Amino acid sequence: MNYFLTEEQKMIQDLARKAAQELVAPVAAELDEKEEFPREILKQLAQMDLFAVFYPIEYGGLGGGVFANCLVTEQLARACGGVAVSYAATGLGGTPILLMGSEEQKQKYLPLLARGEKIGAFALTEADAGSDAGNMRTTAKKDGDYYVLNGTKQWITNGGEADLYTVVALTDPSRGVRGATAFIVEAGTPGFTYGKKEKKMGIRSSATRELVFQDCRVPKENVIGREGMGFIAALKTLDMTRPGVGAQALGIAQGAFDHALKYSAERQQFGQAIINFQAIGHMLADMATQIEAARLLVYATARTIDSGAKEYGKEASMAKLFASDVAMRVTTDAVQVAGGYGYMRDFPLEKYMRDAKITQIYEGTNQIQRNSIAAALAKEARRA
Amino acid sequence: MSLNIVVLVKQVPDTSEVRMDPVRGTLIREGVPSIVNPFDVFAIEAGLALRDAYGGKVTLLSMGPSQAGAALREGISMGADDAVLISDRAFAGSDTLATSYALATAVKKIGQNAGAGVDLILAGRQAIDGDTAQVGPGVAEQLGMPSITCVSKIESLSQNGTGPNLRLRRMLEDGYQVVEVGLPAVLSVVKDINKPRLPSLRGMMKSKTYNLPTWTAADIAADTTLCGLSGSATRVKRIFSPEKRARGETLEGGAAEQAKTLVQRLRDSGFSI
Repeated sequence: MNYFLTEEQKMIQDLARKAAQELVAPVAAELDEKEEFPREILKQLAQMDLFAVFYPIEYGGLGGGVFANCLVTEQLARACGGVAVSYAATGLGGTPILLMGSEEQKQKYLPLLARGEKIGAFALTEADAGSDAGNMRTTAKKDGDYYVLNGTKQWITNGGEADLYTVVALTDPSRGVRGATAFIVEAGTPGFTYGKKEKKMGIRSSATRELVFQDCRVPKENVIGREGMGFIAALKTLDMTRPGVGAQALGIAQGAFDHALKYSAERQQFGQAIINFQAIGHMLADMATQIEAARLLVYATARTIDSGAKEYGKEASMAKLFASDVAMRVTTDAVQVAGGYGYMRDFPLEKYMRDAKITQIYEGTNQIQRNSIAAALAKEARRA
Repeated sequence: MSLNIVVLVKQVPDTSEVRMDPVRGTLIREGVPSIVNPFDVFAIEAGLALRDAYGGKVTLLSMGPSQAGAALREGISMGADDAVLISDRAFAGSDTLATSYALATAVKKIGQNAGAGVDLILAGRQAIDGDTAQVGPGVAEQLGMPSITCVSKIESLSQNGTGPNLRLRRMLEDGYQVVEVGLPAVLSVVKDINKPRLPSLRGMMKSKTYNLPTWTAADIAADTTLCGLSGSATRVKRIFSPEKRARGETLEGGAAEQAKTLVQRLRDSGFSI
């Protein structure tokens, strides 16, 4: 398939692939087993300018946008979903600043994230505020030149490892989501600590942790946009980063498929390679076709966003929904193709299946994605 | 402390794919992909790491035909600041002596251009095609600098009374040796010294558009009688694959039994034990 990549995009893809093969693949199983954050790998990705691809040139980036970010995430996920999400979540942390931050905030923080000197994270979810993000309880009370944050954020990717957190809290609880505000909170700010580190089914090398705010004073310069704009900032951010989750799912699917294909061509049963049996061949054909379709949807959506489109929430939801459902199906079938070997932890396939599951859940469950797509369709129908 | 570092780089055929011409006794280079000599990649990384830590500049230097520029561009994509290729018919057929002379002469010019000389020259322990390990020390000799071979670790760089001083580890067969050397000096490095970085995107972009300076023998004011074949002290007479050595014999049994057998064999061969 010709994806019509520019020379620069091809270069980014090739280099990310090289990083995945040489830096990530050899340690993926070990990081998974030990639940170890890939700090050293992220440092090397930074040196390779792979964090810079997403950000505009004026903020120290290479101006590759959402698409370049997807190309890197996909290649990393092909080797390890946990490393890929640790990479992608730092961009997720930077996106609210990029979209709604002041010029001063952009100049101050984006070059640090682009150089990979600082790791980012995004904090919206709470114990009672998952799909229903509006039900959050974390508050930010104004006190002179500061806001005082209190509450606990849950399941924060890169939590405890990141240097910069964008945190959504209620500045006016009486107004519900309209009373939410986004803040930049730096690690080490007094009153900001970390809670429990989660043990997960998959993406185990990534850090998922609680953020605890107890009278944490954040200067008012760290408000992203204006007071009350926090929920909008969160929604706009997630619309922009959802194709990235799609790219992660796509990479996981491709990585599992690569292993399954190789195995099916080598594994001999009944005197021949099992790929020659129609039962296996058709499974592989379906897997390859679904992966290709997911890739085209993810790439097209990323390019649509980079082209400066105003509304792309529906397409972003479609890309995430489709690619992650494909990842779950493909990784499940990849394990099936490899049979008993696929199920064993000494072989790489079962990890892909465990890693795939989260892509159907985070950054909006696939049920919520369907709600959003349906809502967008209903709106279009009313307009027509 | 800022260091002006030169790294010697050689483009070599990928020896995992190379064959010998049994008649001419030379390498068959046609159709064999060229790579950066693997040991030189460690030298480049060592140079970049020192520059990143102490400031300064890394210039890559290679001698070869224009295609060898590809090896230098690879080094640029890793983050080297500059590169120079010396290329001239006069250099053709150089042995390690003539090569060392030409490279040393180019190093002098790099130093003159910088105004303050070169502080450190790094090379890989040996090239995987010729395997001589002579060019690094040869360049040191030509420049009158100390040569430290088989460097496996750069422990520290400090400033003492006479100038910058490097504390190094040299890999030996049965351990390591700690050496201190004042700069300027020439080091050849082994692969234990570091883990070379992958290229960066900015480096790759730079390497594509980098205008690679190519210097001739005249450009570096080299004495052509000391270059190429005429400057070479050695001639390749014959290259051949050595005959395989017969496998030794392992004696069976416990230590006492083995000793007994061995003594018997020696006695049988006419030794008096």
